[in-house]
Amino acid sequence: MLAYALKRLGLALLVALAVSAASFVLLRISGDVALAIAGEGARAEDVDLVRRTYGLDRPLIVQYGEWLARTLTGDFGQSLYFKTSVAGLIGDKIGATVILAFASLTLALAVALPLGVLSALFPNTWIDRLSLTIAVLGQALPNFFFALALVMVFSVKLRWLPVSGSDTWAHFVLPAISLGLYITPPFMRLIRAGMIEALASDYVRTARAKGLSPLSVVVKHAMRNALAPVVALAGVQFGFLLGGSIVIETIFALDGLGYLAYESITHKDFPVTQAVLMILSVVYVLLTLATDLVNAWLDPRLRTG
Amino acid sequence: MSLLDVERLTVDLATPQGTLHAVRGVSFAVDRGETLCLVGESGCGKSMTSLALMDLLPKAASRRAVRLSFGGVELGDLSPARMNDLRGNRIAMIFQEPMTALNPAYTIGDQMTEGFRRHKRVGRAQAEARAVDLLGRVGIASARERLGQYPHQLSGGLRQRVMIATALMCGPDLLIADEPTTALDVTIQAQILRLLGELAEEFGLALVLITHDLGVVARIATRVAVMYAGEIVETGAAADLFAAPRHPYTQGLLDCIPVPGRTPRGSRLGAIPGVVPSLVGALKGCAFRSRCRFARPDCETDIPWRVDARGHGARCVLA
Repeated sequence: MLAYALKRLGLALLVALAVSAASFVLLRISGDVALAIAGEGARAEDVDLVRRTYGLDRPLIVQYGEWLARTLTGDFGQSLYFKTSVAGLIGDKIGATVILAFASLTLALAVALPLGVLSALFPNTWIDRLSLTIAVLGQALPNFFFALALVMVFSVKLRWLPVSGSDTWAHFVLPAISLGLYITPPFMRLIRAGMIEALASDYVRTARAKGLSPLSVVVKHAMRNALAPVVALAGVQFGFLLGGSIVIETIFALDGLGYLAYESITHKDFPVTQAVLMILSVVYVLLTLATDLVNAWLDPRLRTG
Repeated sequence: MSLLDVERLTVDLATPQGTLHAVRGVSFAVDRGETLCLVGESGCGKSMTSLALMDLLPKAASRRAVRLSFGGVELGDLSPARMNDLRGNRIAMIFQEPMTALNPAYTIGDQMTEGFRRHKRVGRAQAEARAVDLLGRVGIASARERLGQYPHQLSGGLRQRVMIATALMCGPDLLIADEPTTALDVTIQAQILRLLGELAEEFGLALVLITHDLGVVARIATRVAVMYAGEIVETGAAADLFAAPRHPYTQGLLDCIPVPGRTPRGSRLGAIPGVVPSLVGALKGCAFRSRCRFARPDCETDIPWRVDARGHGARCVLA
């Protein structure tokens, strides 16, 4: 198990390095940093001066090496637009995004796990049809629409919850429900399909033939095997939630990373864009690593692979 | 009364095409120390019969019987919870596919002991000691290490030995083995069969062995029941049945296997022409008549069961 974990970690580091190089190059292709610093309409001499001052005239590989070395020490540079340190900026915003992602994922699993298992145990009954309805709604409703509907009912009409901001836990309830419902359907369908397959398997028949309790048959024998793909999906979805909650963060004026990424791109704030990209990709890689390790723990056959 | 006494067992399956009569009024009995072989082609209802005994039929299937008594208890009257107390405890079962019958996520030790710990309410150490003992009995070396291994680390033959040892954990009275050697290499098949035979004798088990392989039957059966299209067409002591088969289907099955010294070299082995009739809807008369070379008009009527003084019976107008 330790050898497997080390091998996976090495692979993860390589992937993170490749992503950082690719994103560095892509960003440099997308626009001129010197021009962004000097400002639109600056004179050619000024732009040239900026280019030399910041060392942007050197070969790309040298600049990348320098950026990587600084980044590894935690120094992400200064934001061109906000005029503060990028690290501080991200530190301020990442908390809201992580809380939102975590709350949405927990909510989605809390709904999907029992409903998925129950609809697998009782297919084509009312409970199965109820979960199918939720799945179709969650998948078909655009999440901004559902978010706005929630605001209308719970904030405007009933006045139970705040409309926007990110100051207290109450500010996170509606955004988490909106995002949670959006990611619930794939979990529910995956759990249902996995459980139906596991319940029909030979090893579940063996467990029944041993006279084990129904709970042990379903939870210990069937669910353990149905969970592996769910863990993988949860890892990917968590990464998606960290980077992809821009719409929801905007609707609820939730001051998070997604909104920062959006702002930095519109303002050509290269250091911020680069740093957010880097952090999100490292988080993605780490999540994949964690997923692999949890799966190896769930399925012993993977440990030797 | 016998340990297991089955009278007119019926299993119906609901299918989109209509009700499929998978098992049509099967009767048999087994006692401790006896090995009953249920023989027949795929789809003749032998596996459905065994699952019906365990009350492990698929949801679409329903079971009826005039009598389904085990150790004097009528299984049909038991609540699901009481039946669950018997399963794996006094009635154990092993299956055809050792490759998939074990859960890939748990160790051999865990899977061997969980049933024992539930039924006998003992601790892990005691259960593991018994598991080690039984693994040794089914011929597995270094049993203690095997307990910590996972199914994928074991070969098919070893896994089937583990399944057998697991089935014996609670000291059952009845062991049902559904084609336990079919998925194994030929060389391993003989070992597993010999092992089953020895264990049945040593533990005083009643063994119900389901197979389509008459070679297997000849080796270990005390009594044989030949099934065709959901019913038993012939039954008797193994020696009687092999010496003088009375049903044309049994004769046909026996012609399909070569016997050293009796089958002439270079001659063609027998084959039964045609296919098994559909079991959806009502079936009247002998189900085998469409494939039988002795078929005659009165095969279409209900044929009575004819038994001789030695208990060798057959359902055939010629018997």
